[in-house]
Amino acid sequence: MKTSIARKILMALSGLFLLVFLLQHFIINFLSVVSPSGFNSVSHFMGYNPLIQFVMQPILMFGVVFHLIMGILLEMQNRGARSVKYAVNGAGANSSWMSRNMIITGLTVMMFLGLHMYDFWAPEMIYKYIEPMPQDPTRYFTELQHKFVDPIRVALYCVSFIFLALHLLYGFQSAFQSVGFRHNRYTPTIKKLGNIYAIAIPLGFIVIALFHYVSQLN
Amino acid sequence: MKLTLKIWRQNGPNDKGKLVDYPVDHVSPDMSFLEMLDVLNEHLVEKGDQPIAFDHDCREGICGMCSLVINGRAHGPQGAVTTCQLHMRSFKDGDTIYIEPFRANSFPVIKDLAVDRSAFDRIIQAGGYISVNTGAAQDANNLPVNKNDADKAFSAATCIGCGACVATCKNASAMLFVSAKVSQLALLPQGKIEAQDRVLNMVNQMDLEGFGNCTNTGACEVECPKGISLDNIARMNREYLVASVKKEK
Amino acid sequence: MSVLDSKIPKGAINDKWTYYKDHVNLVNPANKRSIDIIVVGTGLAGSSAAASLAEMGYSVKAFCFQDSARRAHSIAAQGGINAAKNYKNDGDSTYRLFYDTIKGGDYRAREANVHRLAEVSANIIDQCVAQGVPFARDYGGMLDNRSFGGTLVQRTFYAAGQTGQQLLLGAYSAISKEVAKGSVKMYARHEMLDMVIVGGKARGIIARNLVTGEIERHSAHAVLLCTGGYGNVFFLSTNAMGSNVTAAWKAYKRGAYFGNPCYTQIHPTCIPVSGDHQSKLTLMSESLRNDGRIWVPAKKEDVEAIRQKKKKPTDLAEGDRDYYLERRYPSFGNLVPRDVASRAAKERCDAGYGVNATGEAVYLDFAAAIERYGKIECTKKNITNADHATIIKLGREVVKEKYGNLFDMYMQITGENPYETPMMIYPAVHYTMGGLWVDYNLMTTVPGCYALGEANFSDHGANRLGASALMQGLADGYFVIPYTIGEFLANDIRTGKIPTNTPEFDEAERQVKERIEKFLSSKGTKPVDYFHKKLGKVMWNKCGMARNAQGLKEAIEEIKAIREDFWANVRVTGTANEFNQELEKAGRVADFIELGELMCRDALAREESCGGHFREEYQTEDGEALRDDNKFAHVAAWEFKGVENEPSRHKEELVYENIKLVQRSYK
Repeated sequence: MKTSIARKILMALSGLFLLVFLLQHFIINFLSVVSPSGFNSVSHFMGYNPLIQFVMQPILMFGVVFHLIMGILLEMQNRGARSVKYAVNGAGANSSWMSRNMIITGLTVMMFLGLHMYDFWAPEMIYKYIEPMPQDPTRYFTELQHKFVDPIRVALYCVSFIFLALHLLYGFQSAFQSVGFRHNRYTPTIKKLGNIYAIAIPLGFIVIALFHYVSQLN
Repeated sequence: MKLTLKIWRQNGPNDKGKLVDYPVDHVSPDMSFLEMLDVLNEHLVEKGDQPIAFDHDCREGICGMCSLVINGRAHGPQGAVTTCQLHMRSFKDGDTIYIEPFRANSFPVIKDLAVDRSAFDRIIQAGGYISVNTGAAQDANNLPVNKNDADKAFSAATCIGCGACVATCKNASAMLFVSAKVSQLALLPQGKIEAQDRVLNMVNQMDLEGFGNCTNTGACEVECPKGISLDNIARMNREYLVASVKKEK
Repeated sequence: MSVLDSKIPKGAINDKWTYYKDHVNLVNPANKRSIDIIVVGTGLAGSSAAASLAEMGYSVKAFCFQDSARRAHSIAAQGGINAAKNYKNDGDSTYRLFYDTIKGGDYRAREANVHRLAEVSANIIDQCVAQGVPFARDYGGMLDNRSFGGTLVQRTFYAAGQTGQQLLLGAYSAISKEVAKGSVKMYARHEMLDMVIVGGKARGIIARNLVTGEIERHSAHAVLLCTGGYGNVFFLSTNAMGSNVTAAWKAYKRGAYFGNPCYTQIHPTCIPVSGDHQSKLTLMSESLRNDGRIWVPAKKEDVEAIRQKKKKPTDLAEGDRDYYLERRYPSFGNLVPRDVASRAAKERCDAGYGVNATGEAVYLDFAAAIERYGKIECTKKNITNADHATIIKLGREVVKEKYGNLFDMYMQITGENPYETPMMIYPAVHYTMGGLWVDYNLMTTVPGCYALGEANFSDHGANRLGASALMQGLADGYFVIPYTIGEFLANDIRTGKIPTNTPEFDEAERQVKERIEKFLSSKGTKPVDYFHKKLGKVMWNKCGMARNAQGLKEAIEEIKAIREDFWANVRVTGTANEFNQELEKAGRVADFIELGELMCRDALAREESCGGHFREEYQTEDGEALRDDNKFAHVAAWEFKGVENEPSRHKEELVYENIKLVQRSYK
């Protein structure tokens, strides 16, 4: 935990974990487009299954918070490693913008996550535990639709996912490098897979948002 | 060619330092970058000014003593060369060139463009060797080495320890340097015996020296004059992971 | 009897070293701890000596002027390291390596030393492999060899074009291991500025901390000078910018004799000079001569056309090219020893056949090799009826694999692509066979002061064979000095620590400080480099590839004048107590000027031609070096008698009991 490489490996592992979560989240959301009832039943399962609620949810929260705090910590440490900056910086010639600005794309995504928690998670918690209401396995789809009425909110949602895409475009393959998985036969595939994932998943989320927004226009 | 040089002048480690303008004229495209600075220094001495201090020695791209960040790039605009191998034909008449030292807190400035890279020596001392005493070796061919591994070990071993990886890394990380040595020795059968302690000790020393963390931007690989590959960093991460899991109390 | 006692052990040549090792004095492990050794220089010889001695238990202090031990100029050696392993089954043996080295050195080296070198050569490879030096290997995982100039067997081990680097990093790792244990204390960015003699023995040095400018005293029971060669006396050479003679020169001035200073190796394959701004010359490894063919145009009109860029070298038909090495030396061809190849290039260029604007360049052509390799590749890949383009493409890939980094370097420096057009090369100063005179123990004429590697004169005679410098540096450091130093130190087990607060140290420090003050207070106007370049020109023109009595006499006078001009008109900026590179240079150049004079004196006194020393008055009818074994089969060792006085020349007769002296022939 103390050495740079241990931290970097943990950063990668938490990132990879979040990638899996994101995929799962996407699949469920996508159900809302093809089958509202399917969406409702899966959402209900996720909302009330004790394993999900009391084991997986805290792990996820921990993963997110860990990734965030470790990211900020490492960034601060890294900035501290060079007190006098260069007058001219030619970094554009040797590395991608994404790779150098993970903290920006990451924090943007985190801010969105704040909004997202306020939108979905907080009401859920209130509904379930603070002012308990009876279980209603059919409410989720309507609640979802309700959030995609305001065009500003939809736009915000879309922009955040663009940042997420940038974060993942670099982060996906970087995580493999960090844990030491690099092989001239497999790494090109991982990079391709990473690019597909990083574009397809955020794009999918955007499409879902737009779908619900458009379907409610009239 | 006529050029404007903006050169970092810093009179000792505690001086604040600043960029100073030096117009230079009659620069031949066949000059090396350091020869261009030699000529400038000769003029400065003739005028009674202090010449610009910069490190250099072999001037054939192998000793690793020369440094400089030129227009924001370690060892200048070309990839895979050291500053001493960079020639003025890479620039054009009228250019303004910023010349700064390799910057990292672990590489304190000694004077002007010369920096102290002894942190690298201390990292090697922490474990960048095979503990074999003189005279204790067996016949060289008693230990065959798979050619592919030998070639990879050689590629890693071509690191000249110049520190361009640190200078160019946005985090001033020394991972490419450290991983090159860890990789070289981990790939060879004779190096495997101490591989676990080596990677743990060298990484520990690297952190103590105050280098930043690797965030895989890949800038080091691009700027490395010897083209040391990121493969080595991945290998070191792997070695580290295995070593720290296996390590006994 | 001569004042020089080479201390060669008795017995047959094969048994001398074994006999010596069996009878030499040893220091017991407990006593070694209380014995200090100073090692100056951390190249192959210095690092390997410091590491080996520390492993044995001695307390070692190692010094280098660079910012790290790993930077020493041994790192720049490209081609390889010789060893009599006979892994190629081509008839190599210790005797053959011994014989080739003596012959290559034009019969001016000491038999016993060279035989010992050949004997330990195989151990070096073992040691380096154990350290993790990544030598080139074949597909079976065994070590690969290549051939080098002046030999008929393949005994050169290599690591692409970076053998020196890999060997030095091996030695550096060994010294780092000892630094970590505390048995070596490393002083980087320190320059030795004087040697301190106490009671007739070398007991310490005065060093300047190059970062702070502080003058420090360091004492020890013995001082090892592993400070490399002095090729930079020519200003332009393949040496590193910092390579210098200062440490060896201070030892000379303190009583160590200087052996054969005039023996300079001019390497045949360097990139030609491009202009006045030139600060150093870059070597292209001799290994290129394995595959490159050297030529100049056969006709003067083609030379003119090429110089005026009306013709390209590739335009010339085979018949219009003069492959002069193949013509003159059919049996060795392009692989003749360095001195022969260099002089042949000079001969052609002096005759007006040089191919660049300055008239000082010849071609090194890979077209034939590319085609040959291309055809082999086609056969390997079962391509029948391959067209020319395919052959060339495949051939280039092979050449790239073998020499890629050298070709890249050439392209970087000249801006020309050697895959398409022949390289241009010209000889340049590369190595100095001369150096401090040492006996069989590697001890100079000052007791307790040793010289190892290029800094001594011992093993290469008048000319060094390719890939033998690395061998000698490591042999001295790993396998010779650890034994031979015991002979001297066995008498020091009761001496105790050498104090530094003695009059001898006071005096040495005073002199060092006085000289620094003299530089800084000089009211001149010219930078140090001005004098260095001037000295270099004199040396190159009059004490370079070809020398004659008149030129050498003139050179001695000219150098004296440069020395006076230097002390009157040099300007050294800055102060003594800071990082001051001009001050460092001034000290080195001042010593080079004195050395230059001695080299000319030595060249003048040696009235014969041998190896790297070619006196125009002494040559055969077809222009080959003409030795005079009756009068000059000896080492000239010079004794310092004051800067203004003529040094005296002592002789160590070379006795050849095992090898018959013959006219060297590579025809």
